[in-house]
Formats: sequence, C-alpha cells, structure tokens
Amino acid sequence: MTNSEPILQVNDLKKHYPIKRGLLNREVGAAKAVDGISFEINPGETVGLVGESGCGKSTAATSIIRLEDPTDGEVIFNGGDRQGASRNGDGTHPNDVTRFNKRELKRFRREAQMIFQDPASSFNPRMSVGRAVSEMLEIHGMKDKHRRRAIVEDLLERVGLSAEDYDRYPHEFSGGQKQRIGLARALVLNPDLIIADEPVSALDVSIQAEVLSLIDDLQDEFGLSLLFISHDMGVIKSICDRVAVMYLGEIVEIGEVEELFRNPQHPYTEELMSAIPNPDPRDRSEGISLSGTVPSPTNPPSGCKFHTRCHKVVQSDEFDLEQEAWQQLLTFRQQVSIQGVDVDEIRENALLGRSEEEITDSVLKSEVRKEFDLPSELSDREAEKTLDNALDSIIADDFESATETLQSTFTTPCEEIEPEFTDHGDGHRSACIRHRNEIQSMELAADD
Amino acid sequence: MSDEPLLEVENLRTTFDTDQGELIAVDGIDFSIEQGETVCIVGESGSGKTVATESITRIVPIPPGEVDGSVRFKGQGLQSIDDEALRDIRGDQIAHIFQNPQEAMNHVYTIGWQIVEGLKIHQDVTDEEARAKAVELLDRVGIANASARFNDYPHEFSGGQKQRAMIAMALATDPDLLIADEPTTALDVTVQAQILDLLNELQDEFGMSILLVTHDLGVVAQIADRVIVMYSGKVMERGDVYQIFEEPAHPYTQALMKCLPEFGGNAGGIQGTLPDPTDPPDGCRFAPRCEHAASDCTVGDQPAEIEIEPGHLASCIYYQQGYDSSVVQNDDLGTNANERTEAADD
Repeated sequence: MTNSEPILQVNDLKKHYPIKRGLLNREVGAAKAVDGISFEINPGETVGLVGESGCGKSTAATSIIRLEDPTDGEVIFNGGDRQGASRNGDGTHPNDVTRFNKRELKRFRREAQMIFQDPASSFNPRMSVGRAVSEMLEIHGMKDKHRRRAIVEDLLERVGLSAEDYDRYPHEFSGGQKQRIGLARALVLNPDLIIADEPVSALDVSIQAEVLSLIDDLQDEFGLSLLFISHDMGVIKSICDRVAVMYLGEIVEIGEVEELFRNPQHPYTEELMSAIPNPDPRDRSEGISLSGTVPSPTNPPSGCKFHTRCHKVVQSDEFDLEQEAWQQLLTFRQQVSIQGVDVDEIRENALLGRSEEEITDSVLKSEVRKEFDLPSELSDREAEKTLDNALDSIIADDFESATETLQSTFTTPCEEIEPEFTDHGDGHRSACIRHRNEIQSMELAADD
Repeated sequence: MSDEPLLEVENLRTTFDTDQGELIAVDGIDFSIEQGETVCIVGESGSGKTVATESITRIVPIPPGEVDGSVRFKGQGLQSIDDEALRDIRGDQIAHIFQNPQEAMNHVYTIGWQIVEGLKIHQDVTDEEARAKAVELLDRVGIANASARFNDYPHEFSGGQKQRAMIAMALATDPDLLIADEPTTALDVTVQAQILDLLNELQDEFGMSILLVTHDLGVVAQIADRVIVMYSGKVMERGDVYQIFEEPAHPYTQALMKCLPEFGGNAGGIQGTLPDPTDPPDGCRFAPRCEHAASDCTVGDQPAEIEIEPGHLASCIYYQQGYDSSVVQNDDLGTNANERTEAADD
C-alpha cells in the first residue's frame, strides 16, 4: 500500500498454554493456540481474521492487546505518538507491546481498544451505560465530571443513540443497541486501533448490517484501524480491506479481500467460502463440505496442519487415484492407527438380515469399506492390493501390521513437508505445498 | 394419504400476561404444512416465530402463554385434546430441535441414554433394541465411532456433534414433523453447512416434513420449499422459496433481503426496531419502519393478505385494489435480483 509504517505489526506471535500434570506440576505438553502468526495493519485499514471455532483467532486478539501475555514473538504498535521509532541496539523494538512496562501498557490501553462478541455480558448490569462509558475517561485521568458527561452524551449520539440514554441501564437496550454502546465505549478514549472480536455474531442479520455500516462510518470519521475477527466470510467480505485466514494457530492465507474471494488459493479458504449459505434458492449445490472439526492444538497433525481435512490433499508420486478415494484412504489409515475400526460392531451390523454362515471374510471386508466410504475397488492395482492386505489384518484383529501396511504405502507429502508461503502477487500469499510443487515444476521446466 | 395437509394452523394467537399488560406474541396467523415439505418461518428476533412453533405442541415457555386458535395435525385437533394425549404426539410424531443443544440436553446422563429414554417412552422396545437403534441413529447423523460415543456425556461432544445427537434424538421415533428452531444459529458456518446437508438428506430418507425457524435468509434459500415471513406476530408475506427470493413483494421482506451481504450487505440494516408487543401500532405493523408507508398504512388492522400469484401472498395495502403496487414492487434489490428479473422478462 503506502510507504508509511503500519500501525500494527505482528511478528511470529505465539501463545502456548502449558499442560501440567502430576504431583510436581510438570509441564507435559502445550496447547499451541497461536503458533507463529505474522501480519500487519496499515493506518485506516480493516484487516479480518477468519477461521472456525478453535483456530486461535480470539487468542490472537487477546495476545495482541496483551490481555494475555504471549509466549513469543513481537507486537509492534506504532500508534499514539510512537511513529518513526527504530530498533534498539539489542534488536528489540521500543514499540513492542509484549515488552511494555506498566506505564507504557496503561497508555497502550488508551490507544488500542477491544469490542467483544456478547454485548450483554460485557456490561455491568448495575451501572448505567453512561457511567460504564465515562468510567474509561475517569480511569485515564479526566477529573471533570461535567466534561465527562458531555463527551459521553455526544458519543452516544454519534453511535445512533440519544443523549438521554446516558442514565439508562443495559437491560433496557436491545442487543444491537448494546453493541452500539460497546462501540461508544471503545471510541471514548479516541483510540488508533480497535480489535473487534466477533462483534456482530450474536446479532440478527438485519441488526448485523446496521452495526457493520456504523462501524464503517465511524472508521472513516475517527480514522481508525481495525482488526476484525469473525467466523463468517460474508461479514468479512462486507467490511474488511484485507483478510487473514487462520487454521490451528497459523495463518494459511492472507490477501486483499476482493482478490482472496475471487481467487482463493488455499483449500481451507475455499471450503470456508463454500460453507456460506448461498441466498439463491436455485443454487443448492452442496459445494465442498468440510468434514469433521478442528483437531486438538495439543497434538496438531504434522506437516500442513490442514491435511487431515483437506479435499485437495496431495497424492504420493506412485498413485493417481480419484481424489475422493484418496482422501477416504487417508482418513481410514488414520482411524486404523488409533484402532478406530470396530470389527465386532461391523460384524454385528452385518448379521442383521443375514445368517452367521453368510458373513465370510470378504463380506466383512466390504462392510468395512462401506463404513469408511471406501470404493469397492481402487482404480490402482497396487493400492488395491495394499488396502486388501490391510483389511485382512484388520479382520484378524492385527491392527499393528494393518497400520504398518497402510502407513508405509499411503503417504502424502502434505504430512511431511511444512508448507511455506507462496506469493501470488499484491501481498496475496498462501501456505500450501501444491503451489510450491507448481513453482518447482515451472522452475524445472525453465531449467531444461 | 388424503389431500389434507399434515399440519394446519388457523388463527393461532398466543398471548402472555405481563406487568405491562397483555403481550401478544403471535397475533392470529394461519399456515399449513404438507407431507414431506420444508416450510421456513423467517423474521427478526422478537417477531414471534419461535412462540408460533412452540404453540403447536403447547410447549410455550414460562410465564404460561394463552394459546388460542385451531391446530390440526393429521386431521386431529391438537388444541382440544388433553395433556396426556398431546404428550404422546409430542416427541413421537412431532419432534423438536432447538437452537442451543447444550441447554436441551441433560448433562448428567450419557448421550446414548437420552436417546434410549425417548425411544422407550414412545415405543414398545427392549433395552437391547433401543440401544441398537440409538447407535444406528448416531451413526446415521454422522457421529463417527457411534457405538463408542454412545456412552459419552454431552460435554464430551462438540457443538456440532451435540446438534447431530439432538437430531438423532428427534428422529428416534420416526416423526412426521420435525420442528427445528434456529438449529444452526449457535454453530460455526462450516458446521452449519454440514447440519443443513444432513437435514436435507434425512428428509429425503425419512420423508418427514420440516418446519424450520430462522433469521438467516441464506439458510432459508438452501433448505425451504415454502417461506413464511413473520413480523411482530403477524404474517407479512408467504410464498414458495423462488417467489420470495426472486420477487419479494412486501417491503419488510425486501428490507430483509437487502441485509444480505450478497445484496450489498452494508445497506445499513432496517432502521428502527420492532414495535412494542404489548402495544402494537394500528394498521400495518411494519409501517413505522417502512419507507413506502402512506397514511392509509397506519389505520385499522394489519391489511388482509392479497394473492399476487398462486400461493404468493402479501399483507400490504399497495396490493389492494385502488393502490399502485408498482410503488413497492420494483424496489431496487441489488444487482443480483435485478439481473434475475431482467433475465426472466426476456
């Protein structure tokens, strides 16, 4: 964009929650809620952070604003009058929020504000909304009661309420109105940056549009920069300039909103987009449906963390199977390795409507295939042979050798290689090894 | 089956006694649902859509509401039968699923136990049969490793899995009508898409009718056969899903459409708020927020529903004789809708 420095620069931010066990409270592992994210927000810009529940987007927000102390990384905030600072001799940055002392932090809390998802639970029910907003001014040193009241009354009007609402209590307002008061509270200290965590998710669609357009207007009026967190791609599209897509603590794709929506590069982004219900009753194609839920961040999958749910998971060089069969095969492999195939149950089910003698091994094998949506025969002979061998072992209750058979044959580069960002131009980057392959093959072709 | 609709609701009126006076949540609405059909009731929070569905099986919440009017299910009047008989229908032939599966479950019993309980109340089955059926249902709604998950408690299920388990519970007795109240609102978009697909699939398989309540028009477009638009306890418009989305007739429906991100999204929502249900305005309930409101709109009762096309009705005076319906009809509805109507005109 411009040459001016970004207002917020997040460098390799991490937030790990230790998992402690036992008498000595020893650390046995960590939930890596945020695992090395980097992005920046330019002055006046709205950047979206999108992902499913559990992908770490809210933790990212609270770590940036230091409601929680991040484990590692830098958050450089150039708002207030901190512009133009350069790094210290030891490589640290004077504007690094993670290193702020108490005094600096208090000032930072004036310059960066947060809005929360649930407007009902973010107000004290026993304090009038005017007091709730003017309390901020009081804390930050404005002693004059009348001036405080005048400022807050003016602000209430600017967010679409009236000055008389100052003395009313939270329960007297609807959800949308409460979120407007939340906005007034965030704006009262005249911040440079607002972090909004799902600010419209709890609201009706009609109210959502209203609050979004208010945020948009206020942004222009106050010259704000915004970090906007949401799980709803539709909301992101209507308000953000740029968007970062998060999955399991990492950013998998980032770019300008229009470019990203027109031309998504990461399979996860594609799947998030196809999940938006299309308001056209004539288009009910099921699209790509994202199966399962986000894996646990305590034990994330290796390589690309998304490969366990990815519809474009790369096949190993030996095979050229149907993509769907390949994906099912990998899911099956995973289930076998955790002994998630209940042969007795499958046998019992197969018995319904059949006699004991009819349940031969081959019947049982085809029942297992059905259970895991595997095709009755794979198109590749080698692959089919391996799968058949593995199924034999499973029926013989030998999960160890089945796991070994499957894992030695069916491997995907996605689980071995950590994807790096590929640049698609104009700051549009995505982390998927398919792009790396494309680039490599292009380079190879050029070498020839 | 006979020609009679599965469910027929006439002049349904639900009121609550409050300190502020009588609160009219549902004010005399009619609708019917055919066998195997999906009907969506759509409207903002507070429009009475949830109370309307709860009135069908009289599970209206505290303080107890007065339910008036006639509800006929398979030709049988539900308002006249006693509580015991109603209980046999409720949960057996008419099943409910709710917005928040967490609250709808008992967290000190296992998921499996809760499905089995419903089965054993309504059907004459042994423990083993009930268990087998419950596992089968859990598997059917997409819970992986169902037989092992049978003994899990609700807190061990994710939000999406809980809603799947709720659907399994509702389907246990093979109901004829499934009433789903905002079943996907509390869920992530990705999980929402999964649940909607599941409902579509199950309907094909079990042939049940679905009455779905939602405020999300995107969901409506994906699942509905017919749509009822409610506002302040009244029906504003009804029609099949194509009529509603392609030629929305009532200004309220048009305003709702404009809130969709695809139609510009940032149009600023609908100005103002719902009227006070203890003191609704005269005339059309939507008139105080309607950009087309004329003086005739604010007198008398809610205008009668006028048939615009077969099956497509709107409660707006502009469609009555002597008014110019083009005032509200060709309202600019974003590019998509215009393109579509233009294409239809060609």
